[in-house]
Amino acid sequence: MTDATEQADDVPTPERSLRIPVMQRVLDNPFLLLFIGVTVPTVFYILWGLIELTQIPIAN
Amino acid sequence: MAIAEAETQIIGGIAAKFRTCPASGLKIDLAAERLIKANAVASIVFLAIGGLFGLLVALTRWQTVHILPADMFYLALTAHGLDVLLVWIIFFEMAVLYFCSAVLLNCRLATPKLGWVAFVLMIAGAVLANVAVLQGNSSVMFTSYVPMKADPNFYLGIILFAVGALIGCFMFLGTLVIAKDEKTYEGSIPLVTFGALTACIIAIFSIAAGAIILLPTWLWSLGYISHIDTVMYKLVWWAMGHGTQQVNVAAHVAIWYAVAAILLGAKPLSEKVSRTAFLLYILFLQLASAHHLLVEPGLSEEWQIFNTSYAIYLAVLGSMIHGMTVTGAVEAAQRRNGYTRGAFEWLRKAPWGNPAFAGMFLSLIMFGFLGGISGVVLGTEQLNIMLHNTIYVPGHFHATVVAGTTLAFMALTYLVLPLIFQKQVVWPKLARLQPYIFAVGVAGISLFMMGAGTLGVARRHWDIGFADAPMSFSYPAAAHLMLALNGIFAVIASIGGILFVLIAVGTVLWGKPVTAENIVESLGPMPKKQVTDAVSTYGNAGTWHLPGTYILVAVFFLSFVLYYFVNWKYLSEIWPLS
Repeated sequence: MTDATEQADDVPTPERSLRIPVMQRVLDNPFLLLFIGVTVPTVFYILWGLIELTQIPIAN
Repeated sequence: MAIAEAETQIIGGIAAKFRTCPASGLKIDLAAERLIKANAVASIVFLAIGGLFGLLVALTRWQTVHILPADMFYLALTAHGLDVLLVWIIFFEMAVLYFCSAVLLNCRLATPKLGWVAFVLMIAGAVLANVAVLQGNSSVMFTSYVPMKADPNFYLGIILFAVGALIGCFMFLGTLVIAKDEKTYEGSIPLVTFGALTACIIAIFSIAAGAIILLPTWLWSLGYISHIDTVMYKLVWWAMGHGTQQVNVAAHVAIWYAVAAILLGAKPLSEKVSRTAFLLYILFLQLASAHHLLVEPGLSEEWQIFNTSYAIYLAVLGSMIHGMTVTGAVEAAQRRNGYTRGAFEWLRKAPWGNPAFAGMFLSLIMFGFLGGISGVVLGTEQLNIMLHNTIYVPGHFHATVVAGTTLAFMALTYLVLPLIFQKQVVWPKLARLQPYIFAVGVAGISLFMMGAGTLGVARRHWDIGFADAPMSFSYPAAAHLMLALNGIFAVIASIGGILFVLIAVGTVLWGKPVTAENIVESLGPMPKKQVTDAVSTYGNAGTWHLPGTYILVAVFFLSFVLYYFVNWKYLSEIWPLS
């Protein structure tokens, strides 16, 4: 990357100054949070647990 | 200006009537207000019913009193669990969701008519389940583990209640969309609303899981399904059973922030950090359900340890962040209000005579020291083996759900009565004492149940004297003493609970009207300043000079470490390795 390009990168543009950090966009999106909040326990608690239970051999 | 004056606004083609709160300046949608009132009243009715059954349970476990016969004991235990662990808290949480969305975001509530459908479903479900229990053929306790079979109406009642609560959760999300579309707030939603969103998300997962497992169980009770796998039932049921208690945690943390903001003008130390702590709840808190399954065969150690240790410690980190930031926010606000001498003038001069503040702060302390520390002990797989299914478990969750959640909900009620019901609290001197009486009672209940559990006393056991059992067993005298003290403190907690119900009902029925002139004094003693907009806007306290908070946090960590290692010591004595 040239110095000129680096200098151009340092110049704040209106778009850049208005850019909202990724983490804040995640926290500001209730439906994304809802998706995460349902998926994580469904996968790690319910599905993983059910998979283990289905592998218990049936008693004779 | 009379507070009840209302104006109609047509937004997006939909008419809504608002009044303006003279204390905060917030516009309050009257449709939301009516739903908040209805859900709050219903919650208190079921708290009274469930609390009465709880007292009977505690007096039965006090061996000298032993008030109920065995069949009535299990009936009372079922009704107690159902009414206080599910019905009271979720009705109140519906009120919290409507308050934190429509009121705090200054907008109309989404689909208020659907809110009444939800309310009717919840009432019908709660009544149906209670009637099934009181008829005596559904004494399966709150967990209703299969193959114990309850009356079909018991399951149907809980399913109807769950569907109603789910509708309320989606109305909350719809209201967030309306507020964003109508630009009733700037930037991010305020922290208290974000906490309510966290509670809503956990509620959707938990309640849906409950409905999913109880639907086939209902069909099984009707004879349409021949078999429900017992461990599978436990696995999915606990997603609701423990998940709903995590809804409480998120809701009461949001209430801590709200009460501190309304009474003291407290802003969080860092909105970003507090919101990240709520994100940790959204990601990991619900996995704590696994601690109920730590002795189940068939579930691997990897599943158990991941869900109860690695993941849940991140949620515990979230709770510790909230514990520090709420305390810190109170200290920062008090120092700004002029209480700057020494490390603790801000705490000594806090409005301890205001039941909302006293309830909130006692809830914060007791949740952290009693409920939080014991929760980590129970969630540690190795330590859990000592305490699993002992009365230590209800000791722990009385510290979280009763000392933490119920006390926080009581605290908020003292603000909801003047702000939403527009009534001045009756019997203010009794109201000042009420949180302390209840807190002393609940602290005793929690500590003595945990003490008895450490001595091996089983939970859900009608008679530890084994009077009619073919084989006898003698618990140490200290265990009997612990259960007696539990009974005495249950009486004290009941006095606090009865006072709360009487004050709330008395205020709704006979409280003097709140006017623009007396609204601030109606909120109770607080620093001499107007209520700020701290609760409904984004922003930080702007200081980290908090010596008192740092000392309290150090005391907490010291207690945590000591208690944790004391339990490892107990384990080494029970389970010698040499």
